[in-house]
Amino acid sequence: MSQASIQVGTSPQVQYLLRIGDSCLILAQRLGEWCGHAPILEEDLALANMALDLLGQARALLTHAAHLDGQGHDEDQLAFLREERQYLNPVLMELPRGDFAFTQVRNFAVATWLLLLWRRLQSSTDPELAAIAAKAVKESAYHQQHAADWLVRLGDGTEESASRTSAALALCWPLFNELFDADAVDAAAVASGLGPSWAELRPEWTAHLNEVLTDAGLAHPKPSAYVSAGRRGVHSEHMGHLLAELQYLQRAYPGGKW
Amino acid sequence: MVSLQPSPCGRLAAAWEVLSQIPDPEVPVISLCELGIVRGLHETAGGLEVVLTPTYSGCPATELIQDDVRAALAAFGEIQITLQRAPAWTTDWISEAGREKLRAYGIAPPGRVLSAEAQPIRLVHRASLNKLACPRCGSEHTEKLSAFGSTACKALYRCLACQEPFEHFKPI
Repeated sequence: MSQASIQVGTSPQVQYLLRIGDSCLILAQRLGEWCGHAPILEEDLALANMALDLLGQARALLTHAAHLDGQGHDEDQLAFLREERQYLNPVLMELPRGDFAFTQVRNFAVATWLLLLWRRLQSSTDPELAAIAAKAVKESAYHQQHAADWLVRLGDGTEESASRTSAALALCWPLFNELFDADAVDAAAVASGLGPSWAELRPEWTAHLNEVLTDAGLAHPKPSAYVSAGRRGVHSEHMGHLLAELQYLQRAYPGGKW
Repeated sequence: MVSLQPSPCGRLAAAWEVLSQIPDPEVPVISLCELGIVRGLHETAGGLEVVLTPTYSGCPATELIQDDVRAALAAFGEIQITLQRAPAWTTDWISEAGREKLRAYGIAPPGRVLSAEAQPIRLVHRASLNKLACPRCGSEHTEKLSAFGSTACKALYRCLACQEPFEHFKPI
């Protein structure tokens, strides 16, 4: 037995919410992979806790997106029964978990981005989105701080930790562009007061990153013109593998519950 | 709309009394009311409506708490639970009695939450901001072991005076 896929609508409002909700969902999945594998027990707990916060944020956003989409779907159907092209997270979130340095570089980039996004979304014209943001903003601040502490420790640590962190930064760098790429969905969100254009977050995001990189003694990689297209559903080769694991149970045992 | 104090009306007062006895599933020393997550209690045609505000977006206890409330209030008829997201729960809503119970239980209670405007963005060089008293011996000679503890709401610390590890309920 297997479960058929669902399709979600293409209204800009739903797309905007899915871009954020899928970012939280997919990063939560990657962070969850660390459970039992982190270098120290405290970090195992920290990464699992952050995954849990992100999953909670994703649940709220997907529930709201399903409601606005008006097809009677719920959070679980959106999380487990869409095809790859219907997931709208930036490609950065779906990259394999990599080593610990890579995980901290990505966590810092995403937590800072979400923090700035949530801050603005607190004054969204959509009261439900504003309420989700008011809760999540406090959680992202802890995530950002935690990753910042690690980046300084790794960058300013041993030769090995510094070189791995530099390599992780170089790998992520071209994928940061997508976090701030402006398009019609963002423009519609700005016009309706739903949320900010993501491009507007970039200067502040860069200032946060620079502060930490300076303190960590890490150099900026070369700028890149590449822009990935996960937010339009065009994913990397890693996404299919991630979804296979994420969706397996609901596909094989439709409606299965804990 | 939100009635945070027990109403003089007998039925609601009795229900508040029951609610104030339900322990938090993760930190059973403190009740749901002391934790500040019960935001309202109203009479409905067939029973009661309880308004709850979740602590963290992903708190796994949220569903268990709803089940506990339903079970405890079963005698009052049909129990409708409304999850209210706004305003967002803050540790500032933990009562004074609740804070004392946390401390006695070995968990350092949260300090007051600064508003976002009052909080400087300071990602590095924050060592001096970190003064937390050990819940056992009271010494401020403590260090943070991890910002994330056994649950999302707590951090792990160690007292350098009495050598005991302890948890800190993070201000949020």
